[in-house]
Amino acid sequence: MIQASRVGLHLVLSALFAALFFPNQVRAQAFAQMPLATPLDQLILMLADEDRDVVEKAFFDLGKSGDENLLPTLEALREGSLYLWTKPKGERRVVIGRELIVRGAVEGYEVLEAYGAAPMIGPDGAPLFLPEAALESIRLSRRLRIKIGPLLDRLRLFSPEAEVRESAATKVGLSGDPDALPLLSKALAKEKDRWVRFALTEAIGLIRLSDEDPAVRKAAAETLGKIHAMDSVPTLEARIEADDTGVSPETDVAVKAAVSEAIQKIKAWEVWTRTVETIFSGISLSSILLLVALGLAITFGLMGVINMAHGELMMLGAYTTYMIQEFFVAYLPSDIRDVYFILAIPFAFAVAALFGYLLEKSIIKRLYGRPLETLLATWGISLILQQGVRQIFGAANVDVASPAWLSGGVRLAAGIQLPYNRIFIIFLSLSAVFSVYMLVLRSSIGLKIRAVTQNRRMSACMGITTERVDALTFALGAGLAGMAGAGLTLIGNVGPDLGQNYIVDSFLVVVTGGVGKLAGTVGAAFGIGGLNKLMEPGFGAIYAKVFILLIVILFLQKRPSGLFPAKGRSIDL
Amino acid sequence: MCKNKTGIGDTLKWVIFLSAFWIILLLMNTVPPKDSFFHLTDFNLNTAGKYMAYAILALGIDLLWGYTGILSLGQGIFFGLGAYCMGMYLMLSIGGEGAYQSDLPDFMVWNQVQELPFFWKPFESFAFSMLGIVLVPALCAFVFGFLTFRSRIKGVYFSIITQALALTVWLLFNQNSMNLGGTNGLTDFKSILNFPLSDISTQRMLFVVTGICLVLAFILCRYITQSRLGKVLIAIRDNEGRIRFSGYSASQYKLFVFVISAVLAGIAGALYVPQVGIITPGQIGVLPSIEMIVWVAVGGRGTLIGAILGAIGVNWARSFLTSNYPDLWLYFLGALFVGVVLYFPKGMWEVSGRIKNLFSRRAKKQPVIVN
Repeated sequence: MIQASRVGLHLVLSALFAALFFPNQVRAQAFAQMPLATPLDQLILMLADEDRDVVEKAFFDLGKSGDENLLPTLEALREGSLYLWTKPKGERRVVIGRELIVRGAVEGYEVLEAYGAAPMIGPDGAPLFLPEAALESIRLSRRLRIKIGPLLDRLRLFSPEAEVRESAATKVGLSGDPDALPLLSKALAKEKDRWVRFALTEAIGLIRLSDEDPAVRKAAAETLGKIHAMDSVPTLEARIEADDTGVSPETDVAVKAAVSEAIQKIKAWEVWTRTVETIFSGISLSSILLLVALGLAITFGLMGVINMAHGELMMLGAYTTYMIQEFFVAYLPSDIRDVYFILAIPFAFAVAALFGYLLEKSIIKRLYGRPLETLLATWGISLILQQGVRQIFGAANVDVASPAWLSGGVRLAAGIQLPYNRIFIIFLSLSAVFSVYMLVLRSSIGLKIRAVTQNRRMSACMGITTERVDALTFALGAGLAGMAGAGLTLIGNVGPDLGQNYIVDSFLVVVTGGVGKLAGTVGAAFGIGGLNKLMEPGFGAIYAKVFILLIVILFLQKRPSGLFPAKGRSIDL
Repeated sequence: MCKNKTGIGDTLKWVIFLSAFWIILLLMNTVPPKDSFFHLTDFNLNTAGKYMAYAILALGIDLLWGYTGILSLGQGIFFGLGAYCMGMYLMLSIGGEGAYQSDLPDFMVWNQVQELPFFWKPFESFAFSMLGIVLVPALCAFVFGFLTFRSRIKGVYFSIITQALALTVWLLFNQNSMNLGGTNGLTDFKSILNFPLSDISTQRMLFVVTGICLVLAFILCRYITQSRLGKVLIAIRDNEGRIRFSGYSASQYKLFVFVISAVLAGIAGALYVPQVGIITPGQIGVLPSIEMIVWVAVGGRGTLIGAILGAIGVNWARSFLTSNYPDLWLYFLGALFVGVVLYFPKGMWEVSGRIKNLFSRRAKKQPVIVN
């Protein structure tokens, strides 16, 4: 008895407490002590009824309500975490209990409101804890259990998140259930998001395709064609496709014509979207090639140093990004976590540049004028770096999560989505090229770099400390590699052999472009990237790559010094 | 350059040294009882045979890089071509004894290939396979070299292009649709000329063949480098422009050396396959190709015997380190690259020379190779 009265007290207090601090949930909380009044609460309670017909009616009525606050209720029902709680006084309530926890020696749940899933508060102000023994799990009959998925989808049409609404609309549309039409129309009426409207229109069209009235069917087909609803092509085709007996589901001639016209329209649109996609992916690949080759264009193009460790400098940049991410996860609050990537780019640049500086001072400095030796020595460095990273971070790839603000993409039109991370890389590589251009061709240090490149001795005579310029130039190239590595974490795996995958490509870009020419590197990157993506649909990714390599090799036979050869009179260019 | 020790005598000295090397290994395997200190296990004999095959390839690289100054980062391709020619012959000689009891190689059954692809057919004949081992790499090297040297691609550009070619070939050989076994390569060989490969006597025979090939390859390279042709090669390395202006067609000489080195690589590959029992794209790609360079760099480029010792030495170190300290091998290899380039441009040969000079107190300045 004491126990029971204490629970009652809890409820009174919790209602008051909630009224003070959670005004939104006051309504639901207040009913705790009142007879259940709102129809929705009553419907929820009916789910626990012993009469199957009552349960079924409640179930479908809940589905028709279109109230997004019922989503957690039905999800809990599906997972079996919806419970009937019979109070000591005999009053019954439905609650959600998600995770079984142990308090003292009692197993139980910290329960949530069935409607809206707000945490229920006990009289002590803490979350209300109910022992498992006081709760009775609400289970659906098998017949209803298979219906709960579509029902949830209908409720999700009113979810606060646009993405959820959109995917729900698509699902409801593909289900083809005419009962969903009123809900879809209701959702469409208040929908503001362009793409959810698109999905809703498509869903309505799909369902109306099997309407009884030919005029409605025709209108539906026309709508689908007009909005270029690509997902509806299989359904449209099924409408006019003849079965074995030569009869198609669609009998009306006018509708048939409208359907096939819609299919044609959508297919024509698909060709157009595919073209846009190919162009975009070509630009995207080109920008990646440009980004990874830019550092080499400096070290190889300007200094004549074959830096085979270029890929590993990229790897260092990628791992720097990883470490900064880990630092943010470990020490900083989660809401600023996504900022890490902005910070990672300059850090990756700095780490790789510092490493490049040390590399130049210790090894490369001693090998100027012996390119083949530099090639071997830097290859050795690359092996050591790889193995070092493998031992520190493990041989497996590490997980670098793209920041949330780079997930998703811009949707230009139906079926054309340009991912943000690709756009970001295009932006990153173009701004890197611009900065390098400004630095090398428009600044005093750039003037010195070019002077040393053209005539080392003369530059030294003019008072340029060539060693310092060398070290800084190399550090710049290395830093650009590091930055490229940070950018690559957005689109690829980060592992010890990240650099290996890009080294041949980046050298080819620089050589094809013509050594020492920034414009050549840009041109070659876009040529190779574009050609690659152009060939990919026809030949497959691997053979396209093989052909690209062969084309480049043949091109270099014809133009040994690349697209934009450096002019000079030396016989050993 | 080579201390000008020309003449038959010096060549003979090294031929005897090389022959003695592998004959002693063979005797150590056959004569002493198994528990003797001098006994060489069958496994180690087989490993030594593999290293000697590598040494043949190293001779080719030395000829190309050490003498002519052309750094090819695609020697793995030619090694692979020879090895795959041999592998195809060995695959076909399995006959119907494979896991699927089919006349086709197992991987083709697996990939649902119905008929033997046309380029496999000639390799049913041993004689043609032997010819292919020489001709296929030679032809590929000729075509590629002809185009490349004609357009005067040289130095690092040549290196980068050959590396790209190695990547291309590696990509291709990995494709199942090429009908070359894909990533898994060719393996599960049973016999060569009806001698079962699992027999130690067959392995000894292969060892002897490898030894003889190594000596013959050495004599060939020695002959080339000691001749007037060899002098032109060295001149191309040291100043190609001047050679051209003197009326020589540098590209023809380069093409010749490139083809020879490809043939040596192909023979090495063909000898490698039956002794190791497998060939995969992983053994012929970008990484193995560049590793081959370090054998020669360590041994001493521009000295034929150095290339041989480098190939054997580095591979021995590799086996030793990867089995005892697997984490250290890449550090060691990396350090070798850096160390050799910075401190011993002529490789271990130079070290031994320095030590010799130290003892005989006639320290002469060693010439340094300049590219």
